[in-house]
Amino acid sequence: MRLMLSGKATCNSHGQDSSYFLGWEEYEKNPYDQTRNPQGIIQMGLAENQLSFDLLESWLSENQDIAGFKRNGKSIFRELALFQDYHGLPEFKKALVQFMEEIRGNKVSFDPNKIVLTAGATSANETLIFCLAEKGDAILIPTPYYPGFDRDLKWRTGAEIVPIHCTSSNGFKITARALERAYQEAQNRNLKVKGVLVTNPSNPLGTTMTQAELDLLMDFIIEKQIHLVSDEIYSGTVFSSPNYTSIMEVLSKYEKAEVWDRVHVVYSLSKDLGLPGFRVGAIYSNNDSIVAAATKMSSFGLVSSQTQYFLSALLSDKKFTKNYISENKKRLKKRHASLVSGLQNAGISCLESNAGLFSWVDMRHLLKSNTFKAEMELWEKIVYDVKLNISPGLSCHCSEPGWFRVCFANMTEETLEIAIQRIKAFVESVSRGHDKAIGGKKCLNINLRKKFSKWVFRLSFHDREAGER
Amino acid sequence: MSYVSSNRKPLLSRKATNDGHAEKSPYFDGWKAYDKDPFNPTQNPSGVIQMGLAEHQLCFDLVQEWLVSNPEASICTKKGVDKFRDIALFQDYHGLPAFRNAVAKFMGRVRGDKVKFDPDRIVMSGGATGAHEMITFCLADPGDAFLVPTPYYAGFDRDLCWRTEARLLPVVCHSSNNFKVTRKALEEAYAKAVEANISVKGLLLTNPSNPLGTILDRDTLREAMSFINEKNIHLICDEIYAATVFRQPDFISIAEIIEEDQEYNRNLVHIIYSLSKDMGFPGFRVGIVYSYNDAVVECGRKMSSFGLVSSQTQYLIASMLSDDQFIGKFLLESAGRLATRHNDFTDGLCQVGIKCLNGNAGLFLWMDLRGLLMDSTVEAETALWRVIINDVKLNVSPGSSFHCSEPGWFRVCIANMNEETTKVALARIREFVLRNGNKPNRKEKCWQSDLRLRLSFRRIDDVLRSPCIMSPHSPIPQSPLVRTRT
Repeated sequence: MRLMLSGKATCNSHGQDSSYFLGWEEYEKNPYDQTRNPQGIIQMGLAENQLSFDLLESWLSENQDIAGFKRNGKSIFRELALFQDYHGLPEFKKALVQFMEEIRGNKVSFDPNKIVLTAGATSANETLIFCLAEKGDAILIPTPYYPGFDRDLKWRTGAEIVPIHCTSSNGFKITARALERAYQEAQNRNLKVKGVLVTNPSNPLGTTMTQAELDLLMDFIIEKQIHLVSDEIYSGTVFSSPNYTSIMEVLSKYEKAEVWDRVHVVYSLSKDLGLPGFRVGAIYSNNDSIVAAATKMSSFGLVSSQTQYFLSALLSDKKFTKNYISENKKRLKKRHASLVSGLQNAGISCLESNAGLFSWVDMRHLLKSNTFKAEMELWEKIVYDVKLNISPGLSCHCSEPGWFRVCFANMTEETLEIAIQRIKAFVESVSRGHDKAIGGKKCLNINLRKKFSKWVFRLSFHDREAGER
Repeated sequence: MSYVSSNRKPLLSRKATNDGHAEKSPYFDGWKAYDKDPFNPTQNPSGVIQMGLAEHQLCFDLVQEWLVSNPEASICTKKGVDKFRDIALFQDYHGLPAFRNAVAKFMGRVRGDKVKFDPDRIVMSGGATGAHEMITFCLADPGDAFLVPTPYYAGFDRDLCWRTEARLLPVVCHSSNNFKVTRKALEEAYAKAVEANISVKGLLLTNPSNPLGTILDRDTLREAMSFINEKNIHLICDEIYAATVFRQPDFISIAEIIEEDQEYNRNLVHIIYSLSKDMGFPGFRVGIVYSYNDAVVECGRKMSSFGLVSSQTQYLIASMLSDDQFIGKFLLESAGRLATRHNDFTDGLCQVGIKCLNGNAGLFLWMDLRGLLMDSTVEAETALWRVIINDVKLNVSPGSSFHCSEPGWFRVCIANMNEETTKVALARIREFVLRNGNKPNRKEKCWQSDLRLRLSFRRIDDVLRSPCIMSPHSPIPQSPLVRTRT
């Protein structure tokens, strides 16, 4: 029967066999609950922002008018139910771009006519790649990167990702050398490089790009005459210095230049506002052709008009947005500090970071050997023995074993404290030499391990399986 | 903006720059006339009436009433806000269980509870538009083809072909047998594909039909099942208009046919559904892929990440569709109002000698104006269409935009307006016919040829050069499309 389906249906490019997702499966089977399952696995692999719902809920209680599909007391249900214009609700786009400006300290201005609404950043990224690349083309992405990109950028588009290898030697910053090497690798693989895609602030690093990196990227894409996509989904989570610099700020210096048309931003409300369920994504571009094409493509994943309306009211409330942005940052900063200091007490350091909903944790010293196999063994221990679902660096295509992404904003303070205690206990047990053998406990079932091994093998050789398109 | 940089490297993909979005079709031309001069009973009573948009606007009062009585269905109200956080966080591509259960139950009810749907086979998508693209990505590789009976919904060219690079091959149907989908036509289309070395992956049926407004009878459905089983190809049934059946005969879903014979290969059957037509909620983007094939459900679910239904909307829909009493009342009332509207139009048209295909479903009529054509060509149809838009001021859709093989048919949407506008539209048609034809009690044939002659004396040149309408062959980029679906 699998022969009856498309190549896309039968290949593994959706990336769902990745450990990133496997850890979730294990969590689903045994999820931590403070009262009902205190021994369960704590979810630290999910980059969600759960810290500021009270602010949203209190806004709702003061703005009941919009709740019942009403505007100024009058029902607009009919209008909303019928509204399927792929140009999007004008008041929502206006409010959204203003929110994006506010997040960037009003240092840039966005034109609502240049924004395309999509069903989440997942759809925004895919749509943008559909517009920029096709089979035989490559997008360069700095490692480590968000595991979902393998699915979002490659699966149905047919494009390829070639990594720009970044290392801990300089805090995983992008270098000119790494860019050139990646470009060369693409050429060696007979791939046409169409662009570079960066996430800024970075997932999984939690860092914001330096001015030097941004300038380097601009120089690179100008020289190679390629595109730059900046996924700025975490732009509202920058909680401490250095200040955030969006690519749009850098681009403002190039207004009349050719490169003006080749820089695009992806955004979403899933992280900053903590609303992943609402599927609100956006593409922003100065390139009219891309806006036109992406707008038509957005037909395949529009934002529900019900959601657009609610958010247009929320984001138009400037008092709310100002307070939310600042309060949200404060809470993220505090939570980040809790995790970092907790880990420090356990002798574990993190990459210094100022953004995101996670820390990039250095557990290289806990590896039996400097290999990904050792990383996998450590990860298994952490999932099954320590009972924490964290994301191993390999799943983020990190080139060095031993790094893990640990989320901190998707749980209560109490739960974070428990997680930290568990890690501390684990590290202590390791140093006492009470290292539990994996084989004895058989915590990871054989199938799962085979899946993971196969995936690790494939990633290491940057190969697609035979039969994949 | 140049698509090519100074050293001739193409900057954008082919998909971004080709016409795969199918918006250059003449189908979308009429929209421009409407957008420039939209009818409004008080502010613009002589404007163009929109009859090109297949929307169901007849039952919003019922839904609004339900919303007022059920504030907890919205996570934004005081009654519902305790769910806000959980719903806002919910991005699981399996969808809210309550949503899937409610949709499965609703689909069963719409089919008179003659079949049951399994909530675990329900996969979300970005409207039916997203559903069609997604199922195509699951079933077809670039270059593969789907057979589709003509006339068919113009959006399929984009939905099934644009980014997927699949293709559509017509199964030509004729008015001589009321556009029935015959086994002969299926076999011919298939043979033609084989001869051209095109790999056929499946057959796409829309039942009830857009634009015909008819349902497929049991024999046709059985033939289709037998055909796809024999050829070992997929069957995609778009049942988006299932609840718009307003009169006998009863709707028969492919889900019913599957149960009739254990020999049928269920793995080949997939249903596309949406709430855009039956409930009138196109803005909420609730698309569904229901597949009997486990591998398709699994793959489809992963792909649904690209077009999930907003959890806020899932929650509202789950609540609404689970209200058995409300749904019972809604379905009954909706069918009744559609029947009345349908009768109002067909009676009114009949009075001036205009016939429609005998239909019992959909939100439109398939109007027969072949008698008014100067000759049986697409050009003549287009000329007549421009007269209807410019003179009669009704935006209707010409059959050619639905790939109809016979010129002279027009789709006229009738459920997207209130009663007052209905009367205005009918009055305009009557007035146009009377102005250009003879008395309405004349024998049909004579009347039609008189009207045709009169039309031929019109200054067609004027019409063609009308600034309101661009030629379908105009190279000027047109983007009148503001709807994703008609």
